[in-house]
Amino acid sequence: MIFHTSVAAVLKVGKGMPYTTIKSAIQAAAEGDVIYVYPGLYQEQNIVIDKRIALKGIQFPTLDGEKKYEVLSIKAHGVLIEGLRVIRSGVSSIQDMGGIKVYDANHVTIQNNILEETFFGIYIQYGSQCNILRNRIFSSNKVEQQSGNGIHAWKSEKLEINGNLIQGHRDGIYLEFATLSNITENIAEGNLRYGLHFMFSHDNHYYANVFSNNGAGVAVMYSQRVEMRFNVFKDNWGDAAYGLLLKEMSDCKIENNHFAKNTVGIYLEGASRVSMKENTFELNGWAMKLMASCMDVDVTRCNFLSNTFDVGTNGSLVLNRFNNNYWDKYEGYDLDRNGEGDVPYRPVSLFSMVIEKNPPAMILIRSFMATLLDRTEKMIPTITPENLKDEFPMMKPLKL
Amino acid sequence: MKKIIKYVIIDILRNKIVIGYTLFLLAITLSIFNLEDQSTKGLLSLLNIILIVVPLVCILFSAIYVYNSNEFIELLVSQPIKRSTILLSMFTGLSVSMVVAFLIGTGIPILLFEPTLTGFTMMGVGVLLTLIFVSVALLTAVYARDKAKGIGWVILLWLYFSLLFDGLILFILYQFSEYPLEKAMVGISALNPIDLSRILVLLKMDVSAMMGYTGAIFRNFFGTQYGFWMAIAVMLLWAFIPLFISLRKFKRKDL
Repeated sequence: MIFHTSVAAVLKVGKGMPYTTIKSAIQAAAEGDVIYVYPGLYQEQNIVIDKRIALKGIQFPTLDGEKKYEVLSIKAHGVLIEGLRVIRSGVSSIQDMGGIKVYDANHVTIQNNILEETFFGIYIQYGSQCNILRNRIFSSNKVEQQSGNGIHAWKSEKLEINGNLIQGHRDGIYLEFATLSNITENIAEGNLRYGLHFMFSHDNHYYANVFSNNGAGVAVMYSQRVEMRFNVFKDNWGDAAYGLLLKEMSDCKIENNHFAKNTVGIYLEGASRVSMKENTFELNGWAMKLMASCMDVDVTRCNFLSNTFDVGTNGSLVLNRFNNNYWDKYEGYDLDRNGEGDVPYRPVSLFSMVIEKNPPAMILIRSFMATLLDRTEKMIPTITPENLKDEFPMMKPLKL
Repeated sequence: MKKIIKYVIIDILRNKIVIGYTLFLLAITLSIFNLEDQSTKGLLSLLNIILIVVPLVCILFSAIYVYNSNEFIELLVSQPIKRSTILLSMFTGLSVSMVVAFLIGTGIPILLFEPTLTGFTMMGVGVLLTLIFVSVALLTAVYARDKAKGIGWVILLWLYFSLLFDGLILFILYQFSEYPLEKAMVGISALNPIDLSRILVLLKMDVSAMMGYTGAIFRNFFGTQYGFWMAIAVMLLWAFIPLFISLRKFKRKDL
């Protein structure tokens, strides 16, 4: 290391500088050199970095892919890309063109860049221990097919994705066969499909991200051991919009998250061994849709506030547990004053079952009729699943 | 006409029921806003009051009032006054006093605690419902000569609009669940002013749930400018048509 830094040369690219093109600077550079790119517009088709160098932009020089080329291709370990403005990469459905694409490399750091109107923003393919930090990635595509993902990881591991802002892509962040990665403090908003999407990606953690206004906030599919903490899922509205969509996944932890104003807060299908603790569900259409195909889902110490429906389900089989949650619709009493209600709360209302079977019945929502049905059902449960209940609901909202 | 309206309003005020109604609304609305810590829950309870209590009081009180002023109406008919003027004055007097009672009873608390779009929609919807049910009461009173029969009809009508109609919808939905009924439901909702008002308010309130698959269809219609004004127009028709029919009947009625 010391050897490299001691001989690191600085190469400057720009108007009136030793190098006028980035490509020529890369060609001249040796391993460990630093290339400074000065402000200007660089249209150099596809730039390939095949040496361990640092490419640093000064005041965001613009690298233009002219809607035809992949802008930066990184094919060496330990490359640093910083402070560039990468725009208009090529769009191709055969070859996944990225604004910045990493091929089979580890220890690559991509930070503080701006990417605009790229097909895929940052693409990591067979990468390991790469850092993607504080980039701003924008796109304005309207159709899913013509849009790539903001940050895309394919068969990679140990990625550190932190502090990025991703808007208007297909998926904000997409992980497929990516493992052992941390996704923290990112903001994904207004993406066409999902804010964050896991496919066959195990052992990942995502903390303190904000997902708003996406088709669905986060989708976790066919993945195991994913930890989700302190995230905010909000304003994911639409026909099939969810704050968090869980499908065929297991052994996950969902803790201290905030779900607000989603059509469906969490949708679980085929999920097993999921622990949900201390989450807040507020002003959602359905706080949770728990399909009968789920098992061993534990919901404890969550706050359910002002949701139109608390829990929806599609069958009578219940292999999941609810304990010590606060439900604002709970009407029980607490004679022994231990803070827990003495009668169980059934979060599935008859009317939500009716809507599940017969969606147009939505027109009767909150009508006298619907209230009456719910009341009678509460007295004598017949249609709603008998066992889906919180035995010890809290009397007061939990302080989370 | 002005004189008769004035007389009707003074008469209504003298009988104190409307004042009681105003105070009742005021007390309930104030306590709802003060008791509930979450404003959405308060608004929901208020919505139920508006959709159930307002139609009930309006339709019952108006019908009974018209029956009780039978002698007064007979007296007026013997004077050189057009019959339509008499009935219209009755309608105006009744609806003005009920609307004012409603606006004082719920309008003031809404202005104080919930001056939002949802609150204002609720106020508008309440006023329209008042007009509609006064007009329906007038229709029943004109058609049914017998007081007991008329009041029975009025109660049945209220039950129909607030409960039976929804039950009927649910029944139809289950019978024809194989068919795509989403769009038809928009039309069917126009057949009941209470349903229409509920949807208009809920579109402002339960937005998250309404964004779901079916909700989106209602939203795409009622949520637009066009749909909103259509709904208002239908509600106005609901007030106007019963009044028009009762006017026609009253003109030829053998008193």
